[in-house]
Amino acid sequence: MSTSALELKDIYKSFDSGSKQVLDGLSFTVAENEFVSIIGPSGSGKTTLFQLIGGLEKPTSGEVWISGKPTTGSRGHIAYMPQQASLMPWRSVAANIELALQVAGVERKASGIAAREWLDRIGLLEYADSYPHVLSGGMQQRVSFLRALLSPQPLMLLDEPFGALDALTRQQMQRWLMEIWEQNKRSVLLVTHSIEEALLLSDRIMVLSSAPAVLLEEIEVPFARPRSPQLWKEPLFNELKQQIQDLLQ
Amino acid sequence: MGNKGRRSLHAIWPSALLVLILLAAWQLSVDSGLVPEWQLPSPITIVKEMAEVWPRLMDNASATVSLALIGFAGGALAGFALAAILHLIPIVRKAVYPLLVVTQNVPVIAIGPILTIWLGYGVLPKLILVWIVCFFPVSVAMLNGFKDTDPTLRNYMQMIGAGKWQLFMRLELPNAVTHLFSGLKIAASYAVLSAVVAEWLGADKGLGHYMILSSKGYEPARVFASVVLIVLLSLALYGLVALVEKLVIRWRPVKGEVRS
Repeated sequence: MSTSALELKDIYKSFDSGSKQVLDGLSFTVAENEFVSIIGPSGSGKTTLFQLIGGLEKPTSGEVWISGKPTTGSRGHIAYMPQQASLMPWRSVAANIELALQVAGVERKASGIAAREWLDRIGLLEYADSYPHVLSGGMQQRVSFLRALLSPQPLMLLDEPFGALDALTRQQMQRWLMEIWEQNKRSVLLVTHSIEEALLLSDRIMVLSSAPAVLLEEIEVPFARPRSPQLWKEPLFNELKQQIQDLLQ
Repeated sequence: MGNKGRRSLHAIWPSALLVLILLAAWQLSVDSGLVPEWQLPSPITIVKEMAEVWPRLMDNASATVSLALIGFAGGALAGFALAAILHLIPIVRKAVYPLLVVTQNVPVIAIGPILTIWLGYGVLPKLILVWIVCFFPVSVAMLNGFKDTDPTLRNYMQMIGAGKWQLFMRLELPNAVTHLFSGLKIAASYAVLSAVVAEWLGADKGLGHYMILSSKGYEPARVFASVVLIVLLSLALYGLVALVEKLVIRWRPVKGEVRS
């Protein structure tokens, strides 16, 4: 068996010297090229979980392994797409993508070529030299996703990437992301509030309880790929949706 | 461009009109004998005087300008360097920052004579004076700029593995550029002023020196002529900084707004 992209081993995390328990013995894996979603009520410690995987925080106990190596508390092992596009306003669109690649250790020239090639592929080449503020929210998130996709780290963390978009843009973005990901598979861990989004995109869904967070249920999403955007019409889709909704009650 | 020019003309005409009215009132009050000419020379007399002593004015102005410019550049550079050091080494910041604020409350006019005692009447004490005045607004503005980074951008950079130095070079420093320019603008408006004060304290050249000389010689028109020139120089330096700011910061969508 090949090594997992991410392996969480019995993670506990509490703040204020133990009085505030956030994560309570969380263990799961993300296999190579697997798309896993985490869904849970607000305040279920998803932000803390990402900070732990990113190495910004250390767990009270437990270990984080990325690509078969222990990375607990060490940074630079993940590609990241936050809820806010977080593009540097003083850098052009292309330069923003290049920045992410260069921080991850990609050579300047190679990062420039990759940025333009991919901007062309997603139809945003004409904005390569524009500043981010001229892009719409959806376009900014496409750039933000591209920046994470092109980063050389094998694991991508998507932190409610479409949470700030309107419903219509959100749907378009989900389809767009699904299409790109199905053609360019990477290991993904997605945090989302939307059950439909999780069902449409993921191979597996982790349902968390509220604080302290424990794993309530792990749900396999059996739909074949490439998936149809009309997935929500299938009875199984709605059954799973109902199941998750019940878990979150 | 033409459209833009017309719009800015539209914006300034009320204050331009007010200035014209004030000048006319000034001229009339002197012409009518309300104010004696030896107390307050009329605008026309000042302009005539300026034209008459133009070569001497220019000679003195060039000394003031070079003092102000070198002091401004040196002060800005020192302010920038100090801000970077204080920001990158927190313990130094804690130790030095309160002192920095205290030094700013020592009046320039009091430092001047001390510098003269130590360093004599040469260029160096004057330069140091301008330098002291200019470096403070730049360093304080930069320090604020380094700290005042968008937390979501900071979190993003840390998540993708940026170290302290990358965070500084790629996020904190570019973020501080807008602040740098507001500091530079304050420093620019102080630079000419402090150069003139430095020249009062003892110089053989410069507009400050020329003012003192004219004042002692009961030449009010010449004093006013130097004042006019000092104001123009100060505005010019400020305008220059504002122009460079416009050329450098092109990414800003709307004035005062950082992100759309």
